Amino acid sequence: MNTAIAVSGLTKRFGSKTVVDRLTMTVPAGQIVGFLGPNGSGKTTTLRMLCGLLTPDAGNGTCLDLDIRCQAAEIKRQIGYMTQKFSFYEDLSIAENLDFVARVHGLPDRRNLVMVTLDRLGLSERRTQLAGELSGGWKQRLALAACILHRPRLLLLDEPTAGVDPKARRAFWENIHDLAADGMTVLVSTHYMDEAERCHAIAYIAYGQLLAQGTVQDVIASAGLTTFTVRTTGDNHHTLNTLTTALRKAPGVDLVAAFGAALHVGGADRSALLAAIAPWRTDPALIWQDDQPTLEDVFIHLMARSQDQYAAPTGNRP
Amino acid sequence: MTADGFSLPRLWAMIVKEFIQMRRDRLTFAMMVGIPLMQLVLFGFAINSDPKHLPTAVVDADHSPEGRTLIAAMQASRYFAITAAPETDTEADRLLATGAVQFLVRIPAGFSQQLRRGDRPALLVEADATDPAATSGAVATLTVLARDALIPDLTGPLASLAPKPPPFDLRVHRRYNPETSTQYNIVPGLMGVVLTMTMVMMTALAVTRERERGTLETLLVMPLHPAEVMLGKIIPYIAVGYIQVAIILLAARWVFAVPLAGGLGLLTGASILFIATNLAIGYTFSTIARNQMQAMQMGFFYFLPSILLSGFMFPFRGMPGWAQVVGECLPLTHFLRIIRGVMLKGNGLADSAVELGILGLTLLLTTAVALRRYRRTLD
Ligand SMILES: Nc1ncnc2c1ncn2[C@@H]1O[C@H](COP(=O)(O)OP(=O)(O)OP(=O)(O)O)[C@@H](O)[C@H]1O
Ligand SMILES: [Mg+2]
Repeated sequence: MNTAIAVSGLTKRFGSKTVVDRLTMTVPAGQIVGFLGPNGSGKTTTLRMLCGLLTPDAGNGTCLDLDIRCQAAEIKRQIGYMTQKFSFYEDLSIAENLDFVARVHGLPDRRNLVMVTLDRLGLSERRTQLAGELSGGWKQRLALAACILHRPRLLLLDEPTAGVDPKARRAFWENIHDLAADGMTVLVSTHYMDEAERCHAIAYIAYGQLLAQGTVQDVIASAGLTTFTVRTTGDNHHTLNTLTTALRKAPGVDLVAAFGAALHVGGADRSALLAAIAPWRTDPALIWQDDQPTLEDVFIHLMARSQDQYAAPTGNRP
Repeated sequence: MTADGFSLPRLWAMIVKEFIQMRRDRLTFAMMVGIPLMQLVLFGFAINSDPKHLPTAVVDADHSPEGRTLIAAMQASRYFAITAAPETDTEADRLLATGAVQFLVRIPAGFSQQLRRGDRPALLVEADATDPAATSGAVATLTVLARDALIPDLTGPLASLAPKPPPFDLRVHRRYNPETSTQYNIVPGLMGVVLTMTMVMMTALAVTRERERGTLETLLVMPLHPAEVMLGKIIPYIAVGYIQVAIILLAARWVFAVPLAGGLGLLTGASILFIATNLAIGYTFSTIARNQMQAMQMGFFYFLPSILLSGFMFPFRGMPGWAQVVGECLPLTHFLRIIRGVMLKGNGLADSAVELGILGLTLLLTTAVALRRYRRTLD
């Protein structure tokens, strides 16, 4: 087996709204794949279909070579799914939650396993504390520990590091990479660019449609974005502000974003962009610099473009 | 090992979890014990469908020994307590209108004279029948009471006025409850009512609570069989239900002195079957309701006909045909027959077999519905 997830034409509607639209995606075994997209783009819905929590309205696919439609029960034994919202028992203690998961999966040497897991989490002293009394970040850590307790072959994580501090976030990602090195496949949804860059590959979804897939470099390159960074000589903020306002309206400029004292300006059509910025390039108060687009530039550009398509009457609205 | 099959260790995991959650939920747990106690006090002590010592006013315009005999007999029956002797009719009417008395007995002037002449004088008893149940017992005793009280006075020349005994001897034996104590009827029935109320509600909230708290997602993504979830939610409450049964049985024996004529084993078995049936019904509700509020309302919707049409509140045979049909469909009706039969009549297994069978069938049916209704997905 070298693909962990292979789905095609996956579609989910809620009422008249198509939330996931003919999604086709493959995730190679042993890889960490980042799942990105704006709020409400259908990430959680896709993950739920993959683990059998939602039935797709159309399309089919496999998870770990098991059919997502008719072998959901078998899939559930082999995957770990961490929900976006904390969904363990707040009225059970930390240890009792882990104990419950271990019992359900019928794990051998349960007591020891729970103890070791608590130790690794650094929660041994607080084992009797109710899960509901934990801080947000600690809840996330507990949920992750509970999801990997039964050593699943595929891990689906829905924004696992939301609200987790940087140190714990780094530890979390090291942990994920260790697990992947042991052969576990991970599909992880996130809104953080730095996390996306830690993944072997990323998939970008907007309005239910998969817009880009591949390594970070591939995705950046395939966007075909030309970008410039503009700085001012001296502290001429005023000029930068007028420039921003002017460029936002200019045709050929798809992207204007401020980064501190600098401005990112980008466009998909290189010649149109050059034409748009031509009058400003001679301004002595501004320093123009050819630049590589960042992943964030690409995403914001993708998001804006798909929004236009979605809003257009010719868009593929149901 | 198949992922889809039933597994005892997983069921055990559910049971342990539910027990811990139940223990943490102190208030609910306290209610489980508190409700039977409260109901016992309310129904057992406060409710009496055959009330005695009802306040009675007597307007005695005759002042004869016969009148006094009658009044004495009424007091002796314990149904009537003579609390007022108004002088005028208007005053007497006001007593009845204000509710100060339940009965008004008027002994007209010349009552004893007419009685002696054999003129069949009228003895007027007015009852405040706004609550028929409160007066019916007392009224029923009146005829017999008046006749028996006055016969000894009809001696000598009046002896011919004494009613002739009927040509047969009618004997009514009040079996199983010779003193017609309301508590004999209510206390065993209360067991069924308390179990219906608490057990249905407990499981009605079971799945909806998981859904509302978001934990259903975790539960569904774990390899749990629907039957494991259902039994895991039912079994802990069977224990709780049995605690309630024990409380009521102990109170029945030691507080209300209700006899236990039948076997404790049959009683236990029937109670557990009834508890399980109610839990299964509640669980079915929770697979239908979208949230805890809806589940709660369904619980009430079920509870009301149960308490009214099962024969707990009102005599089953006194209900119109359609109500009896509805009543027959309620598990409480059948449980009441079993429990009253076992506790008061000393019925055995063979006597209760039909009712037990109906309860068992209901349990199987609701379980099947619940398992069919239980969704393994979130949509
Ligand atoms: N059960 C549901 N019923 C109706 N609509 C739903 C349901 N679940 C999700 N949706 C809708 O589907 C769309 C996609 O939701 P989804 O949760 O998959 O987005 P997401 O990509 O995970 O967003 P976020 O980044 O905010 O977590 C949203 O518009 C949401 O309103
Ligand atoms: Mg989401």
